[in-house]
Amino acid sequence: MVALPGVDPLWSTHLDVPSTASVDPNGTVNRWHYLDNSASLAAEPHGTLLCVHGNPTWSYLWRSLLQTGADAGWRVIAVDQLDMGYSERTGRFRRLADRVSDLEDFTAAVGLAGPVVTVGHDWGGVVSLGYAHRNRENLAGVVLTNTAIHQDPDDPIPAALRLALHGAVHKVGTSGTTAFLDTTLSLARPRLPADVRAAYRDPYGRASRRQGIANFVADIPADSSHPSYETLQEIAEGIRSLSVPALMLWGPADPIFSDTYLEDLTRRLPHADVHRFEGAGHLVAEDRDIATPVFSWLAQTHRGSDNHVLRQHSDGFLPLWHQLGVRAGGMDAGSLAVADMGRDGAVTESLTWAELQQRVEGLASSLASIGVRSGSRVSLMVPPGIALTVLIYACLRLGAIIVVADAGLGAKGLSRAVKGAVPDFLVGIGKALTAARLFGWPGIRISLTELPAPHKRLLGVSHSLEQLTSLERGPFTAPEPHADADAAILFTSGSTGPAKGVVYTHRQLAAMRDTLATTFGIRPGSALVAGFAPFALLGPALGTASVTPDMDVTAPRTLTAQALADAAAAISATVVFASPAALRNVLSTSDDLTPDGRAALGEVGVLLSAGAPVPEPLLGRLQGLVPNASLHTPYGMTEALPVTDIDLASIREASADASTVQGAGNGVCVGLPVHGAEVMVSALDGLGTAEDEPTHDPGITGEILVRAAHVKDRYHRLWLTEQDSSRNSGWHRTGDVGHFDAAGRLWVEGRLGHIITSPAGIVTPVGLEQAIEAVEQVALAAVVGVGPPGTQAVVAVVEPVPSVRKPGLANARLSQAVRGAARSAGIPLAAVLVVPSLPTDIRHNAKIDRSRVAAWAAGVLGGGRTGAL
Amino acid sequence: MTVLVTGASGLLGRAVATLLVDGGHTVRTFQRRPSSVAGAADVAGSLTETVDVRRAVQGVDAVIHLAAKVSVSGPTAEFEAVNVEGTRRLLAEAHDAGARAFVFVSSPSVAHAGFSIVGAGAEPASPSHARGNYARTKAAAELLALAADSGNFRVSAVRPHIVWGPGDTQLVGRVLQRAKAGRLPLLGGGTALVDTTYVDNAASAIVAALTRIEYVGGQAVVVSNGEPRPIGELLAAICRAGGVREPRRSVPASVGRMGGNLAENLWRLAAPDREPPMTRFLAEQLSTAHWFDQRRTQALLDWAPEVSLDEGFAQLAGHYGGSTA
Repeated sequence: MVALPGVDPLWSTHLDVPSTASVDPNGTVNRWHYLDNSASLAAEPHGTLLCVHGNPTWSYLWRSLLQTGADAGWRVIAVDQLDMGYSERTGRFRRLADRVSDLEDFTAAVGLAGPVVTVGHDWGGVVSLGYAHRNRENLAGVVLTNTAIHQDPDDPIPAALRLALHGAVHKVGTSGTTAFLDTTLSLARPRLPADVRAAYRDPYGRASRRQGIANFVADIPADSSHPSYETLQEIAEGIRSLSVPALMLWGPADPIFSDTYLEDLTRRLPHADVHRFEGAGHLVAEDRDIATPVFSWLAQTHRGSDNHVLRQHSDGFLPLWHQLGVRAGGMDAGSLAVADMGRDGAVTESLTWAELQQRVEGLASSLASIGVRSGSRVSLMVPPGIALTVLIYACLRLGAIIVVADAGLGAKGLSRAVKGAVPDFLVGIGKALTAARLFGWPGIRISLTELPAPHKRLLGVSHSLEQLTSLERGPFTAPEPHADADAAILFTSGSTGPAKGVVYTHRQLAAMRDTLATTFGIRPGSALVAGFAPFALLGPALGTASVTPDMDVTAPRTLTAQALADAAAAISATVVFASPAALRNVLSTSDDLTPDGRAALGEVGVLLSAGAPVPEPLLGRLQGLVPNASLHTPYGMTEALPVTDIDLASIREASADASTVQGAGNGVCVGLPVHGAEVMVSALDGLGTAEDEPTHDPGITGEILVRAAHVKDRYHRLWLTEQDSSRNSGWHRTGDVGHFDAAGRLWVEGRLGHIITSPAGIVTPVGLEQAIEAVEQVALAAVVGVGPPGTQAVVAVVEPVPSVRKPGLANARLSQAVRGAARSAGIPLAAVLVVPSLPTDIRHNAKIDRSRVAAWAAGVLGGGRTGAL
Repeated sequence: MTVLVTGASGLLGRAVATLLVDGGHTVRTFQRRPSSVAGAADVAGSLTETVDVRRAVQGVDAVIHLAAKVSVSGPTAEFEAVNVEGTRRLLAEAHDAGARAFVFVSSPSVAHAGFSIVGAGAEPASPSHARGNYARTKAAAELLALAADSGNFRVSAVRPHIVWGPGDTQLVGRVLQRAKAGRLPLLGGGTALVDTTYVDNAASAIVAALTRIEYVGGQAVVVSNGEPRPIGELLAAICRAGGVREPRRSVPASVGRMGGNLAENLWRLAAPDREPPMTRFLAEQLSTAHWFDQRRTQALLDWAPEVSLDEGFAQLAGHYGGSTA
């Protein structure tokens, strides 16, 4: 045996095990090798993790569990399955049923008593589940990493395995050469160190040592005629009744066990906690630290379920579509409910409340007829407008879960999000369907309009909304979904790492509606212009007429002042929702407004700008366009919309208070918590960690926490992230940092991940950036830290005026001005760098990617090359 | 307290001796040339002569040892004799004479090779990793010094990083001289973040090590202004203060390092007694980050720098008649 990095030699154990496997003659004794951390345990363990590797790895895969388990008080036994690793080469073809018996023989020989938690990977996942299924008495949990339990007989098995099974390839690829072994090891991301690769390869030196690898591959039941098919089916169905806690840790970048298989497993074990490590692959145990989450999960399940989130049950729950029924059945039945605007400033399509209600119910019936049911996930890639509104309410009414990701994520980000959400159906415009085909997005595809047959075939489209809507269906009478059932998965913008899916229940969506209504005084009978996608959908829920202005929603900057005014005029709008980017364009095109347009905007009473902070001067100029409106800029995030709100007058008041009210200043003032929301901050220590008891005290900088009935239910398949964000029971940790002032207003100072830990204490970026942007020669500034945590140097990276072509040191004058501004804000700067442009997010074009800026600055200031940012 | 300061004729030694005199201590200095420190008694002599050293430590309570051979080139034996053996001799004689505290003034280069240093602490000295005769022998001497630390003879090592100030011939003098000759390139755009120490701050840190010897005995601390700046900005500020043109020519760092090495070797062959114009060591100092974590230093010494970089540049400008803007 070579030296095994990460393995304590004391763990390596051999044991002679009498076999009961049907493949072995009576009286056969097989010699097993396994790793066992018993020797490293200080006290009686809580229980045992029984770890089963797949093909062609061996017990070495689980070394991090053995190490961490010893500290966490769990015995961890990782076997080498027979014919694999350092266990005996039996010379017999062991099928799935034999392997499950083998594991039972082994645990009997070891004398394993409960509680037992099985852990499996790859085909070891199947073996471990087979064991779990048949040995429930002592079973305390199951942990699964990239594996599969069921192969849909209609779907081909993954291409990589098809290739490995191919007669011509099989023998040469698996036992004849080390190709299968090498390919599997090469799936690690990042690449495995040479000594770790050598350790994995060590037991498989000669072809005769690799027969187990070949047999394992040949034992994959590709179809129902395969000898192991029946055993696999029995396990696959059997585990449906497993009630022990389950944890699935997944590397989605796996060419074999993709999200499709994870999806299948979660349907069999719906109570499982799931975490997908975005970017990790097949060898997830190598790619990421799985030991820490496994044992923290065990500690939780072992303690008992004390992680029940306190939900605020408002008694009078009214589903999101409540107002729709009320208005369709009342005096407003014939009045306008929804309208779309055309380029010419005229309404292109509109529906009354009665028509809208009819369309929603009809589509719900039609969708049900093609298999959309309660719990189905439906990915919506349709621009805002009547079609989307009808679709959303039909899905929600059905109990289907809508999946919404922003095209602003870009093809790659969008693809990652859709694949992770594993929709059952995908409704999209042409571009979305093409992408679905190209990237292999899951889900039955539905187009908007009926496509010609060849197009349909090419794109793999099964249905069209046009065809579904044309089916005459009566009222939809199926029971309404439960208030606490999942209703929507909304994806974050991805400006702070890969986009996360955020799950809302029906009750939470209804609470969001109620919060908006109360906070902004939007009552049934109001009329709103929906220029910002997320809120566009709430018109019918609020009982207000709503109109979608003519604009390209993926490019908010295309909303013109006239288009906004036309939309407002069409429904005599009293409320306008728009994004800051859209409002900037409205301002810059306001000279072209017609007198009628100006008059229509004059009727607006409330203007909401959501999505990113809006600078006070911009709001001030907007006020001129909507003289009778109160201008609000709510603060929120995909996980909680909205959290706080502030209007223009209050923004001005807050900045005037900066020198007189304790805590006022240093950041963007976002005002007071909205109706029904509670906000607190958890103070940061010198290293930027927020662990303190949440507080309302003014002047204390900490992570912002929010509690409200309209906060998200959880993250989708991000168990670790969810644990972290909800570790204060009932609260959502936003990842934003800020403080209160003595008037109770919240000031946002930046992202938790962008905190700078200088020797003098923590530095938050936003206030300092504002101070630097006040320098005349600075257009945009990012403040970042370089160096080790606790002793970071504070660095300003700016876009100067006039702009520069190449990045580098700021000239003496600019440097002096920027340093002076920072010093006045109390922070000395180590360096001032200039760049042609700072990276910002796609959705809002406002949030600077400070992590990227920091990494770049660290390279430049370390003496590296001054490359492009 | 009677304190012996060795190497008091240099920029930093003089500042230390003056600070001690101002603090009311009885100060004796020891070096080959007169120190010209007002209020201090000079003892002339060499670290290589035991008799000289013994005479110098007679009756002192504490020793601050700055004397060393500091050039970047020269024969190895000379470095050994002064820096290693001289320190060994001074430690032994001071101990035997009944001194109770000993501050060895060292350099961060004893623990770091040429690669970039970003917010590092005071790693143990390592003669086998240090580069060049100076750093290697200082590393060996620091190990000797710290090993001599005991209950009644406390020894600490203080490593100020790049000391400069008015009258400094090492950094400021050379930078101005090269800039005047138009031979001061900026390596790699001059963006590398570098820590330096204004001479008054280095002196106060060294004196603090003496008064706080019970906390820093047996340990080494790195001392700097705690204000890392891009090297390009530092050099420009020095040039402005010195009234000469700022460097404008930027040379890729790798070319600079290679050039430095070549020049160093050629120069050594041609003129063994003189300093090469651009050593590889200097090239590295000018092109990679060199800055330190000052938290432990400041806590142990209960000390903070009093003169900021910008105030230091103003002092420099006053001395050389240049400007600060």
